[in-house]
Amino acid sequence: MRAAEEFARRHRLQWWEALPWLAGIAVFFAFPNYLAFSTQVVITILFALSLDLVLGYAGIVTLGHAAFFGAGAYTVGILAQHFGWNEPLSGLAAGALVAAAIGLVSGFVLLRTHGLTLLMLTLCTMTLLEQAANMSAHWTGGFDGMPSLVFQKILGLFSFDVLYFRSQYLYSLAILFLGFVLVRMLVYSSFGQSLTGIRENVRRMHAVGAPVRARLILVYTISAALAGLAGGLFAQTTSYVNLAVLGLERAAGVMIILILGGYGQLYGAIIGAIAYMVLEHLLAKAYPTAWQLGIGVTLVVVALYVRNGILGLAESIWRRLSGGKA
Amino acid sequence: MEFAIKIANIVLGGFASGMVLFIVSVGLSVTMGLMGFVNLAHGGFAMLGGYCILLTMRHWGLDFVSALALAFVSVAAFSVVLERLLYSRLYRAGELDQVLFTIGLAFIMTASVTLGVGPETQVIQLPDWLRGQTNLGFMTYRTYSLALIAVGVALVVGLWLGFERTRFGARIRAAVDNRRMVSSLGVDVGRLFTVTFAIGSGLAAVGGGLGAEILGLNPNYPLQYLVYFLIVVAVGGLGRVTGVFFAALLIGVLDFILKIEFPKGGTIFIYALTLILLLWRPQGLFGKKGT
Repeated sequence: MRAAEEFARRHRLQWWEALPWLAGIAVFFAFPNYLAFSTQVVITILFALSLDLVLGYAGIVTLGHAAFFGAGAYTVGILAQHFGWNEPLSGLAAGALVAAAIGLVSGFVLLRTHGLTLLMLTLCTMTLLEQAANMSAHWTGGFDGMPSLVFQKILGLFSFDVLYFRSQYLYSLAILFLGFVLVRMLVYSSFGQSLTGIRENVRRMHAVGAPVRARLILVYTISAALAGLAGGLFAQTTSYVNLAVLGLERAAGVMIILILGGYGQLYGAIIGAIAYMVLEHLLAKAYPTAWQLGIGVTLVVVALYVRNGILGLAESIWRRLSGGKA
Repeated sequence: MEFAIKIANIVLGGFASGMVLFIVSVGLSVTMGLMGFVNLAHGGFAMLGGYCILLTMRHWGLDFVSALALAFVSVAAFSVVLERLLYSRLYRAGELDQVLFTIGLAFIMTASVTLGVGPETQVIQLPDWLRGQTNLGFMTYRTYSLALIAVGVALVVGLWLGFERTRFGARIRAAVDNRRMVSSLGVDVGRLFTVTFAIGSGLAAVGGGLGAEILGLNPNYPLQYLVYFLIVVAVGGLGRVTGVFFAALLIGVLDFILKIEFPKGGTIFIYALTLILLLWRPQGLFGKKGT
């Protein structure tokens, strides 16, 4: 009975869910010199959130999610560079649309496989896009990418400031907020429930007559759109695009961030991105040559001793403190 | 005649790099097939082998062959320690925890080598008898590439015999196909895995050393070539020694042709072909269906 009550109530807003957003606004006032870095954190959170939707909730193990991040970034960049389409909001929308289209097509083709095969197929798809971007240098700038893109004011009011990143930060935070609300609604909807069902037991979902493949393709497409949004934001806030947006490093990085924070738990993306990027930043500053050692040790320790990332750790500590049994 | 020489060039060059891919990847294929463990740090063992050879030759004055043997033994021993202490805790964990762990491990290896030896690309000095050209009658070819091919062929024959003709190999094959069944027959799959893991890592170490000439040797090695190793494993089929061998040769030759004919972005075809092949046969070219 209690479990059922908890299940029925868990989608309701809790008081602490306002905290991340208050903290996000507090950062704006407290660390004016770190807004460029904080903007990147916010964008990474959005990217990790999009991955959580497919990896954490639907259980699709993909190593090629940067394909959609890159598609969004290159769409925004190419529109601004070659077509003079540098209105930011519509540019973002175009980036998300292109990424979603790629997600729809590749999802349709790839999502019949699973395990290592799916991992390799997503990886190869991403690498194909990367090589294509490398080869069509006329459009993408090839290896050098597209430096110094110019964008109009956001809503015609706030210009991108190159030095302090103030408007970029708030702009990214606002887009992240919208993305987060969407994902939160999705995962608690019946659609989200059926995704969890597919992750836990595909056969049973087939047996009860759920349209498994259609749902997987749909969530893959939505996730691709969100990743495209993150990529578009990256292009606009840093005003450059290069091949690194499509690389394995970015795809593996966001996966690590999500697992570190805790996947399938909504807030894992936020905690993972902040923890990973702050740790990386501090270590790189203190030990310019050895920072990777610290990151590596952290990942190994978390994988060995912590179930379900930092969020899982926090939860078990909380349970122990409040005296309840697991 | 000229055409024949061109073909021979491509085949020999492609086979040489294919052999390196095979020696490094074969262990990955068997351990992944056996335990379903996603070991993204496998390339790290190859890199450690390469550095082990480099350092023992430079500081202890070992010759190339004994350095290779030493690298095999020490990396295999090191991998057993890691396997017993760390890997074994994660066999029952989800594949995502395994990914986190092995990427962390690869980071640690990269950072340790950067700190201990330095970030630059290293060159392993080949002994005189492996340098220069060998006369094949109708053409001359690099001695080292020919030696690589000979070593690769010898290894695949040896591994094939061990796999197909011994009790131990039969147990591994059985465990790849059905682990539960084999353990209920009283085979200690855990120990089987430890031994295979050690041999696989040791072979990777040898491959890292032999392949330094072709792939290069620098601290970023583990993640730099990971995609290639994974492609070889996926195309060859999990847990199939001969499958990995043919897949490695295929990819070696393709890569060689494409790099000559389309130096700019020719590798795009390898990814495209892998994509099409895996859509057609998700279990790989030589893998068994329905696992």
